[in-house]
Amino acid sequence: MSIQEIQEEIIAEFSMFDDWMERYEYMIELGKSLPLIEEQYKTDDNIIKGCQSKVWVHAELNDDKLVFTADSDAIITKGIVAILIRAFSDQKPSDIIAADTQFIDEIGLKEHLSPTRANGLVSMIKQLKMYAIAYQTQLN
Amino acid sequence: MINTVLDILSVRKDFPILNRKVHGQPLVYLDNAATSQTPTMVIDAIVDYYKRYNSNIHRGVHTLSQEATDVYEEARQKIQKHFNARKSHEIIFTPGTTFGINLVANGFASLLQAGDEIIVSALEHHSNIVPWQMLTERTGAVLRVIPMDVEGELVMEEYHKLLSDKTKLVFCNHVSNALGTINPIEEIISAAHKVGAAVLLDGAQAAPHIKADVQQLDVDFYVVSGHKMCGPTGVGVLYGKEEWLNKLPPYQGGGEMIAEVTFEKTTYAALPHKFEAGTPNIAGGIAFGAALDYMNNIGFDAISRYEHELLTYATEQLLTIEGLKIYGTSSNKTAVISFNIEGLHPYDIGSILDKLGIAVRTGHHCAQPIMDFYKIPGTVRASFSFYNTKDEIDVLVAGVKRAKSMLI
Repeated sequence: MSIQEIQEEIIAEFSMFDDWMERYEYMIELGKSLPLIEEQYKTDDNIIKGCQSKVWVHAELNDDKLVFTADSDAIITKGIVAILIRAFSDQKPSDIIAADTQFIDEIGLKEHLSPTRANGLVSMIKQLKMYAIAYQTQLN
Repeated sequence: MINTVLDILSVRKDFPILNRKVHGQPLVYLDNAATSQTPTMVIDAIVDYYKRYNSNIHRGVHTLSQEATDVYEEARQKIQKHFNARKSHEIIFTPGTTFGINLVANGFASLLQAGDEIIVSALEHHSNIVPWQMLTERTGAVLRVIPMDVEGELVMEEYHKLLSDKTKLVFCNHVSNALGTINPIEEIISAAHKVGAAVLLDGAQAAPHIKADVQQLDVDFYVVSGHKMCGPTGVGVLYGKEEWLNKLPPYQGGGEMIAEVTFEKTTYAALPHKFEAGTPNIAGGIAFGAALDYMNNIGFDAISRYEHELLTYATEQLLTIEGLKIYGTSSNKTAVISFNIEGLHPYDIGSILDKLGIAVRTGHHCAQPIMDFYKIPGTVRASFSFYNTKDEIDVLVAGVKRAKSMLI
């Protein structure tokens, strides 16, 4: 599936929920399915700055696609990372760079998008895109 | 049980913000240690200033300037009276506590020599650590730290051991922002004075709850912020003993702080203007005065008695939640509860409480050394004010339980 298709799938899933509580419960569930980063990559270098909780992200190239793994010490943050990784993992770096992140808005997580928000969703997106740019340069 | 003499429902009517809803729920504001809410009479003082006599102070020949100067200086006198300073020019208006600390730290740079010692406590806010580190870098002075124990209290025996004739300054908060511990400041001050050291107390967390008498304490410097005492943001006060303020050099150059200027030499204005360069936050200073009027009208005895009841009730109720641990368990503390639930991140708990309309602070509370001591990433901090109610504590406890059931 393309990033666009995955994002539409996520939007459809979240549209079934009536209130924040169901959305949060689903996010907590998604957090549990997050492809976990290997312990050896849980280094200070891989911590995303700007988050109140710790978030580690690692990226690896598999053929021409970028695969992300991650973890967080906070459960809700883990859910947010899981949503991002579901949308962006196993995609070509060029597609990740070009992708927009409007879907975050549409699944009711807009409040988390504020750059001053403590969970640092903006920093996470930036970090995923930075990895994509780095690997794109390598592929070129 | 809450047996207060305060008429809380009538007090709450003074705070328009308490009527608002957050995520469709009535606001339960428990982040008072960060910023307290503002009563209508304080908001009115700001509006009145801008509507009727907005103008620059201390220099105008015209009526508006005279009026603004009079009201601003009246506010200074109210603050002087509140803290029982000997003279009104011992009250310096600042943009807040952090500025006041930096002003003193900067001033001491010219008084310290390499090898001199500065003592700070392990319970300090970052704003009370970094300026001293910068000062030691500039002067070659050495920083010493009074350790804390597991209850969140300072280990006073260690403090006494740290003091010597090398000690020039002792800096400590009156009340810890992260844990609420009320420090034994009388003992800290008198012991420091015995070795000839000056004492600066950070009163930011104490002043909203405890009326400090600077003469009785015999403290050399005391700093507070308006926004934690029902006043506006961006205004605070540095109290300094006249002899100390005369010894310290000015912090910033500019208008207001000079007596005479030629290109060869400038003579500085007398206190307090020496430390008040440029146009100050006039509306803020005036509103700070109004905020003190408001709080004194309710009375600090009634405030601290009621807040203690809230603290006792909230502590009892929160401890009924399995796995909940409170950090800072001194028997002498203000109405602040820092806690965690076993296995949960404070950020997760705070996020869910926010959705329920409950405002708490999560994180390290600008006091990472304390979090390192407990080996935790941070805490959830609920901090109460005299306008909070027992019902709101019930909402908090129910919210924490709900968060726990969602997260575990």
